[in-house]
Amino acid sequence: MLTFARWKYFAIVAVLILSVIYALPNAYPQDPSVQVSAAKAGTTAIDAPLAKRIEGILAEAKIPSKSIKVEEQGNLLVRLADTEQQTRAADLLRPRLGSDYVVALSLAPTAPKWLESLAAKPMPRGLDLQGGVHFVMQVDQNAALDKRLDAYVEDIRSTLRDAGVPYTSVVRRGNEALVATLGVNADKAKAQQRLRASFPNLGLSLDGQTVTLDVPQSELNRISLEAIEQNLNTLRNRINAFGVAEPVIQRQGTDRIVIQLPGLQDTAEAKRQIGATATLEFRAVVGDEAAAAAAVRDRSVPPDARVYYTENKVPLLLSKRLLVSGDQLVNAQPMTDPQTGRQGVSINLNSVGGQRMLDHTLENVGKRLGIVYVEQIPTTSIVDGKEVQSIRTDERVINSATIQGVFGKSFQTTGLSAEESKSLANQLKSGALAAPMVFVEERVVGPSLGAENVKRGTTAVLYSFVFALTFFLIYYRMFGLITCLALLLNLLMVIALMSLMGATMSLPGFAGLALSVGMSVDANVLINERIREELRAGVPPQAAIATGYDKASGTIFDSNMTALLAGVALWAFGTGPLQGFAMTMIIGILTSVFTAVTVSRGIATLLYGGRRKLKSIAI
Amino acid sequence: MKIFPLTLLPNDANIDFMRLRWVSIAVAAIIMFVAIGAMGTRGFNYALDFTGGNLIEAHLDKPMPLDTVREKLAADGYDSAQVQTYGSGNQLLIRLQPREGESGDVATKHAADAVSKAVTDAGNKAQIVRNEFVGPQVGKELALKGLYALLFVVVGFLIYIAFRFEWKFAVAAIITTLHDVVVVAGWFAITGHEFDLTVLAGILSVMGYSINDTIVVFDRVRENFRSMRADPEAVLNKSINQTLSRTVITSFVAFLTVVALYIYGGGSLRGMAESQMLGIIIGTLSSIFVACPLLTLGLLKVTKQDLMPKAKDEAALARRP
Repeated sequence: MLTFARWKYFAIVAVLILSVIYALPNAYPQDPSVQVSAAKAGTTAIDAPLAKRIEGILAEAKIPSKSIKVEEQGNLLVRLADTEQQTRAADLLRPRLGSDYVVALSLAPTAPKWLESLAAKPMPRGLDLQGGVHFVMQVDQNAALDKRLDAYVEDIRSTLRDAGVPYTSVVRRGNEALVATLGVNADKAKAQQRLRASFPNLGLSLDGQTVTLDVPQSELNRISLEAIEQNLNTLRNRINAFGVAEPVIQRQGTDRIVIQLPGLQDTAEAKRQIGATATLEFRAVVGDEAAAAAAVRDRSVPPDARVYYTENKVPLLLSKRLLVSGDQLVNAQPMTDPQTGRQGVSINLNSVGGQRMLDHTLENVGKRLGIVYVEQIPTTSIVDGKEVQSIRTDERVINSATIQGVFGKSFQTTGLSAEESKSLANQLKSGALAAPMVFVEERVVGPSLGAENVKRGTTAVLYSFVFALTFFLIYYRMFGLITCLALLLNLLMVIALMSLMGATMSLPGFAGLALSVGMSVDANVLINERIREELRAGVPPQAAIATGYDKASGTIFDSNMTALLAGVALWAFGTGPLQGFAMTMIIGILTSVFTAVTVSRGIATLLYGGRRKLKSIAI
Repeated sequence: MKIFPLTLLPNDANIDFMRLRWVSIAVAAIIMFVAIGAMGTRGFNYALDFTGGNLIEAHLDKPMPLDTVREKLAADGYDSAQVQTYGSGNQLLIRLQPREGESGDVATKHAADAVSKAVTDAGNKAQIVRNEFVGPQVGKELALKGLYALLFVVVGFLIYIAFRFEWKFAVAAIITTLHDVVVVAGWFAITGHEFDLTVLAGILSVMGYSINDTIVVFDRVRENFRSMRADPEAVLNKSINQTLSRTVITSFVAFLTVVALYIYGGGSLRGMAESQMLGIIIGTLSSIFVACPLLTLGLLKVTKQDLMPKAKDEAALARRP
């Protein structure tokens, strides 16, 4: 008969309440805002005086702010009326606050505190809905392999040298093998044993005087994977330092990295920050500016020196011997010299670099030390109608201060502008890229286009609901109403679940929502038609309802399980927007089974189950 | 008791679908081969997602004939430029595939230059509102992944349906579903409508819809085989007729929801909505006209024994002398 367990009602009510709570944050619009945080935790205070200062700066430029508040997380949040003012405010604050602070664009929730305390958060919006910059970068895996395999050649040489085994050459043979030719009197067994111990990942074979170390595919794969992971980390560090709230930095396939920077509109600046690979080189200054100028003029550069140029295009002679290079650098921080008030970067080296610096400064106090800034800039040029990706290396002497005293691992270099020292410190700190990268795709979505997409998406979902609900109300009357309630709860549940999972809402996501309406329609129609069928067969109303639900449930289960498979496939093999779409589809299918089978049955039982003699039902 | 104020279809529908089965299967096969032929000969009009290129939005002071813009772009080396207006007539959306040997920044710059040159003439100033470069290989990878997804789905369906129903049903359901997918994809080849990622998503979701529809009918077939004493054709016919109103209503409402997407979703969702609208129609027709008739053919011919619970069979066997 038509009955429904009491605990199931409690379960439905609980689901309803939870769905409302977790779907609710999406109803609150988000404030475009500017987030100010300390560049280095603990050094600079984020407090009321800073808020006052920012208020002053904004008032001066006549940018009205909704509120300026110091948050619990130690950030300061300036809420603004629209995205245009947000950009203006951020551009204004960045130079005025200087290098001690990171100024980032973000979207601040306006949902009340109690919702936040329940971990109820709105769905993050995809770039197509809120605007921003989207990049896809391709990592040059060949370069990464070259670099690593060349390093192997070096390592093999030093291993043989350390073992005291004479050798005539160590060379690379493509990407497949490294070949060492041993000297005539070499102890082959020793060489073999030492090399096997040092390079357990490589296959080793001995033939006459040559030792061949095969590089297996697994090793090549590992190098590729490590390269992209290192690049990913480097990018993550740079972007974090750059100050973008909620960036997306993801690996795609074996050689691509997807970067999404919501709220950002200036691609050129973003590309400059992301694409640059900077490192430092410390070299002794060989001659002063006058000597260098003379050397350039007479083309008489000493053999152990090279001409470098400073930022003002002044030549300077530096030693060819590299004292300390960027990979010996442990940390770099922008700082202000307390005595002179000048901006600079404080640098920490590792022990090898520190030792070399100590040795050098011991003998060279009073002489000059040059710091060369080396930036690698990926460029594309056209040669003979073909596109050539190349790396341009930009080297300049950023500092050539006199060594004031003996120092080792940590020291400072001054004489940079505030902007320069911040950017240099960031780039140094974030380390070098394992392999060069090129931009293969870029999209900018304007904030107004995003707002329009949101409007279109919501309108489309709204109308798909209106169409479906109207039809059900007319066609099935009372059961149509039950179906409508089930469909609405379904929508609520989908939104709540997606918010809870932190799924990113994008334009195809809206299509997924509309489609999940279509899917849940099916389950409800199956039930209603089955009930009608039973009634036609002369079954009394209450029994018809019960049988209708029972018989339809099996069908619904089978048909939705198969549709679910299709959704899972789409999710597993899709990327980005396809995955978002698949996720809504999967969630929609699962919730529609629940709402159609359980919730609508609960409502029907509530309406019709209690009556003794039910003559007719409106279906 | 009068309880049916409104029905889309007569309740006692009794159409002899099985009598038409050769015709309907032949028609389905012809449509499918046309679709395959179109895909083979014409191919798809791949969007920038797949080919790579620039998407440029330009705002003009005064409307300009699209053919003129096309000609000027072609003269500048962009042969397959797609130019369309949107919003008012002075807003142009132009898709350019890069000239040979260009990509990235260079292509972006050249594309912008070419467009400003093509749309600007005396007294009509053009402003480039948007210029995006979309890389091509991403699309290639995704197309390959789409193929994997298809394989995954086919195998998944086979296992699930063979387990819950019977292998003949599984094969018939997969043929029907693939037919629908091929026809919808073929539509995009025939019409030359742009094939982008959302269309791919739409087509893959058609798969879900189509299988759903077919399973509902098969579910009824399974039920009727167990309860009816009749030959397979009669059972199949009865099953289709019984589920006919549900099939039509579901499709009708689902079609309505997708129409809303088509009308209000804007340009970027139109391809997806189009593929789904078509998929719903084809999926509905094939679940009626293709899926069940397949169950009467050759190796796929179902019998009562196929669906009887195995335990009962053994019990019946044991009772025999």
